[in-house]
Amino acid sequence: MSTHHALLSAEIEEDSPENRASATEAFAAATALQPRLVEVFAESRDAAGCGFAMAQLGARLRSGTMLWVQDRVALRDHGRPYPHWCRARPKAEGPGILHIVARDAGQALWAMEEGLRCAELSAVIGEVAGNPRALDFTATRRLAVAAERFGVPALLLRLGSQADLSGARMRWRARSRPSLVPRWNVAAPGMPIWSLELFRARGARPGQWDAAYDRAADRLDLVSPLRDPALGEGERRRG
Amino acid sequence: MPVLAVWPSDKPGDSAALERLCHWSERWCPFVAIDGGDGLLLDITGAAHLFGGEARLAVEMRVRFRRMGLTARIAIAPTVGAAWALARYASTSPFGLSLSKSCPSGASTPKERARLRQAQSQRSEASTPNTICPPEALAATLGPLPVSALRLDDDTVLLLGRLGLKTIAALAEIPALGLARRFARADGPWADPPLRLAQAFGRTEEPVNPAIRAPVPRVVRRVVEPVLHVPILEPLVVEMAEALCRQLAERHAGARHLGFQAFRVDGDVQALEARTSQAMRDPRHMVRLFAERFETLDAGFGFDAFALTALWHEPLDPAQTGLIEAEHDATSLARLIDRLSVRLGAGNVCVPLFLESHLPERALQWRPALAHEAGGEAPAPLTPERPIRLFDRPEPIGVTYATPEGEPRRFQWRRKLHRIVKVEGPERIAPEWWRERSTTRLRDYYRVEDEDGARFWIYRNGLIDDGRGGAPDWYLHGLFA
Repeated sequence: MSTHHALLSAEIEEDSPENRASATEAFAAATALQPRLVEVFAESRDAAGCGFAMAQLGARLRSGTMLWVQDRVALRDHGRPYPHWCRARPKAEGPGILHIVARDAGQALWAMEEGLRCAELSAVIGEVAGNPRALDFTATRRLAVAAERFGVPALLLRLGSQADLSGARMRWRARSRPSLVPRWNVAAPGMPIWSLELFRARGARPGQWDAAYDRAADRLDLVSPLRDPALGEGERRRG
Repeated sequence: MPVLAVWPSDKPGDSAALERLCHWSERWCPFVAIDGGDGLLLDITGAAHLFGGEARLAVEMRVRFRRMGLTARIAIAPTVGAAWALARYASTSPFGLSLSKSCPSGASTPKERARLRQAQSQRSEASTPNTICPPEALAATLGPLPVSALRLDDDTVLLLGRLGLKTIAALAEIPALGLARRFARADGPWADPPLRLAQAFGRTEEPVNPAIRAPVPRVVRRVVEPVLHVPILEPLVVEMAEALCRQLAERHAGARHLGFQAFRVDGDVQALEARTSQAMRDPRHMVRLFAERFETLDAGFGFDAFALTALWHEPLDPAQTGLIEAEHDATSLARLIDRLSVRLGAGNVCVPLFLESHLPERALQWRPALAHEAGGEAPAPLTPERPIRLFDRPEPIGVTYATPEGEPRRFQWRRKLHRIVKVEGPERIAPEWWRERSTTRLRDYYRVEDEDGARFWIYRNGLIDDGRGGAPDWYLHGLFA
């Protein structure tokens, strides 16, 4: 199975216009927000996974209230999310984010499952560090089924974890890449670029992409893996 | 030897005692209100005959108060104003004042009201008679009393005195129109003689606001055999929750704070509590709030009684659940908050609150979702981009820099060395001197990116020569996407 995936991603990375178009399509399909369980693997010292999760939520970040569950280890290693979209939010629209600190992974999974039963939520995001015993195939499978049954998208952020057996529909690996060069201050960090690998997927083609995230526009743009970062290609895209 | 006896005054104690007395007085009639600091107001409409008439009721009251060591000045009159005046200003005339038949027909109201006065004065028992004023004698009884008996403040009484109006009769003779014009801009009822006059003679309504203690919605169930294993009680608890919800529905209320008590055979009580983020009366939700924690109850030799109490409830009007029945298992956001708070602790279920501050840890605060409305006062201040992750406690890092005030070159965080490739900064955030200690140092924040592309938010705490400590430390405060 994995060799087949590697073959596919190799095909996509060939830099021809039609391949680029198909890569864009495949990427858009893979990152579309649907009521399903998506797993994102990332290192706890790198916010790429969290950023990718937020990028997938896109406009839904601002429209509804989401449940954000962390276990204590994730809170200690990875900090708290900063809900910039909740600032100056009208009270009638709800709190925007409901943040849960769970004692351990088991409790975090329980809270996520409770959240998935609440159709008022725009999304449920869980963060679990490492490979705790409570987070096994059955647990992820339960989450996947609940997400599909109640129509709430679920994202499980795995910090510093091995990709073990899982019932997740989509499994990603996210890593930071050197950022785009900003137009004005070339010495400063620019728009983030993540290297995203979809290594298991149902209903989509696995593949590997490099994407730049425009936080102001809630947009993920593919960038060519062969680009020279010094050229500042992404800035032209933005302008 | 004359001695000065000094007793400290205890106003809160007095008012608490009066409140107790108020509830105790509900023995005579249901509507009892506290009146000022030294009076009770009883609406005895339809209650006097239970004690053999008004006169006997007054005697009964007097006797009861005397047994408690209290001297009461009691007056029964058709209006609140008249009763107040007679209880405080009636002369020492005996029972049944000389009645005149010249009472105006509009003066009588069907309500009879009694006023009690708990007298702290030194008057003797004989000098504090019961005063009963029948409706037809109202004008004659009130007439000779001074105008201060109309519940007016000192300034108004002084003004009326200067106008030569010393008694209620004199005031009542003034044409109402002229009086109303003179006091058109009266500041509240205590400075409004026309209003007080109308109240005393029953020309306007003055309801009694009774201090009724509504019983707390509570359901108690006893079981025949002591129960050792609580989870098997779920059907009973469901039934209790349904009964409680019926009680709440009757008074159009919903529970915000529930208490479950299990009474043990050996005299101990085990209690569980649950708060909800909005008023509700759904038995299934109530059971769910408690069901998982039944195991934590220590049954000992067994429970023989249980109580479910709505410790706090708020108005909740019946709402239509919807034309189409919602999916059975789905739950609402408010219920989700309740359930998570009960299970994980209210402090672990939070919503963000933004405050107007430049300090990141102050600008964003997390408050319990149960107690707090999210949002905040803050319109977005003009701050540069903030990281998407913030550490609760900034983590100390070791930084190599070219010059003490210059940009960082390398830093070590969690035993890994990060070589800084891109850097932007500093963004200087000064301490909020009106809130913090004088030794708090300013912070210079830098956005940095290492060679792998990971982006961090680090700061230098202080300057090398700011006189607030030694060499400045560096901290990592957040992660950028």
